[in-house]
Amino acid sequence: MAAQGATMRINGQAHQVAVEPHHTLLQMLRDQVGLTGTKECCSQGECGACTVLLNGQAVDACLVLAVEADGGEVVTIEGLAGPGGLDPVQQAFVETGAVQCGFCIPGMVVAARDLLNRNPDPTEADVKEALAGNLCRCAAYQRIIAAVLSAARAER
Amino acid sequence: MRPFAYARPDTVEQALDLLSEYADDARLLAGGTDVIVRLRTGHIRPAIVVDVKRITGLRADIVETDGVLRIGARAVMADISADGRVQRHFPALVESARVVGSVQIRNRATLAGNICNASPAADTAPALLVYGATLNLVGTGGRRRVPIAGFLAGPGRTTLQPHELVESIDLPLPRIAAGSAFGRVTRRWGVDLATVNLSCVVTEAGVTRFAYGAVAPTPVLVQDESGLLAGGAESDASRLLLDRFIAQTSPRSDLRGGRDYRLAMLSVMSRRVLATSIQRLHAGEV
Repeated sequence: MAAQGATMRINGQAHQVAVEPHHTLLQMLRDQVGLTGTKECCSQGECGACTVLLNGQAVDACLVLAVEADGGEVVTIEGLAGPGGLDPVQQAFVETGAVQCGFCIPGMVVAARDLLNRNPDPTEADVKEALAGNLCRCAAYQRIIAAVLSAARAER
Repeated sequence: MRPFAYARPDTVEQALDLLSEYADDARLLAGGTDVIVRLRTGHIRPAIVVDVKRITGLRADIVETDGVLRIGARAVMADISADGRVQRHFPALVESARVVGSVQIRNRATLAGNICNASPAADTAPALLVYGATLNLVGTGGRRRVPIAGFLAGPGRTTLQPHELVESIDLPLPRIAAGSAFGRVTRRWGVDLATVNLSCVVTEAGVTRFAYGAVAPTPVLVQDESGLLAGGAESDASRLLLDRFIAQTSPRSDLRGGRDYRLAMLSVMSRRVLATSIQRLHAGEV
């Protein structure tokens, strides 16, 4: 099938990408745009390693066709840190020691960023619900949850 | 994924033209949370994927009209569970939409897609059954309305024709006071399919309805008009009636639970959601 032109903003920059209709947003981000921070793992929307923000909402990039993002706004893990340094969520993950092998962390951080955008004062239960779609096989959940709560406090 | 063509029609008419042209070779795409998984596994191999998300005639919102709450075909789980009117009148739908997949899934998955996917374990289907929802379909031959009970035909099967699509889902606003609730048993919290799920409505007229999911090829709807269950007091008669309701299911044993476990959980969960529904009826919620 012929590639189709798709225009979108990725981490604040305009991109024009020729995408195959059967390629996912995840494939496009990693293989065509070179943003490999977003991870591929289960490829069926169960592990959350590929979480990105699409039009301001957390989605699994493995369950979105690249063409579906045409005209949209995508933020990946690479887009969270600003000129002032790490995003408060990233900083909290570092300080709390929430990272073990690290593979799930980009998805965790983006999902946590999405939660704090919607709810600046989450309870522990809110954090668990927001991260229910993100699996960590090192089982670092305690520190991940602590890091998100710490980031929320830092931002308030 | 195997290659396919992709179309993004702007109007319902354009979408229907594509469905007529390709028939069984076309696949509709709304949220994609089921379709893209099945495209990847090769369970479906369409020549063309028709994305309905930019069709202006298909709404993504929820409107109140003619005594019904009309949920647009493009409305996603996150928006449905956050809607004040759905929360006020249809709490079992809110509670079921809130546990589908994960935040990431609920931001994409549509109610219409969940129903068209016709999984026996679809969390929102029991709620639509007890609330008496009707689907508004549009096809090349015109429009028709189909009650949810006549829409779900089997695992992965509906009575939607190849040249039709779902335009919206109507929930009749309750005319008398009612209480309702949803319950489910899963192995883990988040991103798991239900071992059993169920919804219940109790009305002030004494009618009690249950719908049981993941325990038969399609959810099982049962109803007590005698007032026996709505009274809330357990008795030999009420236990017998619940047993008779549960006997209408035919659960299988699979990796999520054995047949006997599912039957036992249906019994426990029926009592729980009935008690919550009665409590909500008396508290003045619906």
